[in-house]
Amino acid sequence: MLIAFGTGILTILLLASTQIGEKLDNNSKDIDLVVGAKGSPLQLILSSIYYIDFPTGNIPLKEAQELSRNPFVKRAIPLAQGDNYKGIRIVGTDTNFVSVYKLKTITGKFWEADFDVTIGSNVALDEKLKVGDTFFGAHGLTGSTDVHKTHAYKVVGILSPQGNVTDNLILTNIASVWRMHDDHEQEEAAGHHVNDKDADQHESHKSHGDTKPHKGHDDHTGRKEHSSARPDEAGLNEEREITALLIQYRSPMSVVMFPRMVNQMTNLQAASPAMESTRLFSLIGIGVDTLQWFAVLIMLIAAISVFVNLYNSLKERSYDLAIMRTLGASRGQLFQIVIFEGILLTLAGTLIGICLGHLALEFIGAYQESSQARLTGFILLNDEIYLFAAGLAIGIFAAIIPALQAYRSNISKILSKN
Amino acid sequence: MIAIKSVSHSYSDVNRISFKDWEINNGDQWLLLGESGSGKTTLLHILTGILKPSAGEVIINDTSVYTLSARKLDQFRGRNIGIIFQRPHLIKSLTITENLLMAQSFANLPKELKRVDEVLESLGIAGKKNAYPSELSQGQLQRVSIARAVINKPALLIADEPTSSLDDKNAAIVLALLLQQSGLNQATMIVATHDKRVKDAFTNTYELR
Repeated sequence: MLIAFGTGILTILLLASTQIGEKLDNNSKDIDLVVGAKGSPLQLILSSIYYIDFPTGNIPLKEAQELSRNPFVKRAIPLAQGDNYKGIRIVGTDTNFVSVYKLKTITGKFWEADFDVTIGSNVALDEKLKVGDTFFGAHGLTGSTDVHKTHAYKVVGILSPQGNVTDNLILTNIASVWRMHDDHEQEEAAGHHVNDKDADQHESHKSHGDTKPHKGHDDHTGRKEHSSARPDEAGLNEEREITALLIQYRSPMSVVMFPRMVNQMTNLQAASPAMESTRLFSLIGIGVDTLQWFAVLIMLIAAISVFVNLYNSLKERSYDLAIMRTLGASRGQLFQIVIFEGILLTLAGTLIGICLGHLALEFIGAYQESSQARLTGFILLNDEIYLFAAGLAIGIFAAIIPALQAYRSNISKILSKN
Repeated sequence: MIAIKSVSHSYSDVNRISFKDWEINNGDQWLLLGESGSGKTTLLHILTGILKPSAGEVIINDTSVYTLSARKLDQFRGRNIGIIFQRPHLIKSLTITENLLMAQSFANLPKELKRVDEVLESLGIAGKKNAYPSELSQGQLQRVSIARAVINKPALLIADEPTSSLDDKNAAIVLALLLQQSGLNQATMIVATHDKRVKDAFTNTYELR
């Protein structure tokens, strides 16, 4: 049934684009600016707001601190990325993160000591972690080839479902991330590798998403290229680096000036989540629009096919309809019967289409790799009422002419054509 | 009483058929004779309220049928005129019972299963009441169409070539049933046919030339 197909596609589009839009929105709403290493602004946003792409590099802690003391900045949240646990990112940050993203724990508490982690609700579900569990993180943002065996992370809390990207993150303090890498370098320097071969070690660095040639940047926080940093106390060291700084402005006036200042006068890059998200969405949006037109076209064809069907079947059933007239049915009743049939047809098609659309999306969601962007088929949107109404309208529209024909049919002629 | 007065009809400017005046008393049984093409179908359609004649009046039980509004005419037809066609034309997707119930509801009469059973019983096909038309034989289907025609106890029962497509045996059965049913339901009956086998059962004849 064409109608089912067309409706199905429209439903998928509707659900998918709404969900994507929502996710984009949810994650970026309270952050005014992201500051990170120079590179692609989109990549910066993707890596530090949506945790999808790889960071553009690291920035010196000292510069970040200076920036956060700028009078235009109301709040600055540092981020340190560099490790993962089974593909889930371990992010070092501070309590500002908690308050800006309005995080709450469902069990346990937020991290306090080093190597304490608070994990997102999906992480707890997928990896079956509870408070008190420990695990080892691995180097880089994907893959578990380079596991840090010196310190284990300990789960001290699980976040309640937030409906945003934090559901899929493991949060800890920045010092943990630094220390993890200090120890890592110590191991390296001392020739103790987690993997047996040197080659593997370097290989695993390559696999840490260096999609660009080494520019002297590193995806790993707290390290400079293959040189051993000094091991230190869990305090701040001037040579330290972080991945990014999330900034909230004190006043809206900074929107134009501040990023420009950062971009031109420092070695850092400033990107606006709102702008990049909009850009991203508009890029996707073009695809969505085309598909939408396509689906509308299908619906149109479906309407025509319903019409042709009804028209033809009417010719065959004209005798039956005439008999109904002799039984006492009025012309108006015949009209209703035909219209009703058209409506039933399209309603059925629309319903099936909507269900198919939901099922298909759920199916797609189940196969998605990136849990950050997972789509679900289980939500119902108000806009689907429009789809429903459209199906109804098409039914009536397509059935009108055959119905009128039934209305105007000359029984005498029909019955005599024995 | 049923009567036609000064009725004539023309399908085009050239052909005009005039029909002799005809008076039928309640309960009578009449034969309408004529070869195909003689206007038999036209007259039937005029009589049953299906075709409005170019001129003239048709009166059924004191109602001048063609002065009624379209809706009223439809309803009048459903309640007072039962038609048996040459081919049964039942709705294939409904059971026999549902077909008969439909006849009741289209005439704006309440659906009565009892009446349905009663009628099917008297026609000898009560056993088929939940069957679909595709499961019945020609003869059985014709009986169902008789059932449909009489179920609302119409004043006028009209059969258009009811036996023409049947063999001798079935023709005799249908004829007998028709006569019996019209008597049972106190209906006036007109059988239109050119079937010679039927002629002998009737005394009253209206012939078309």
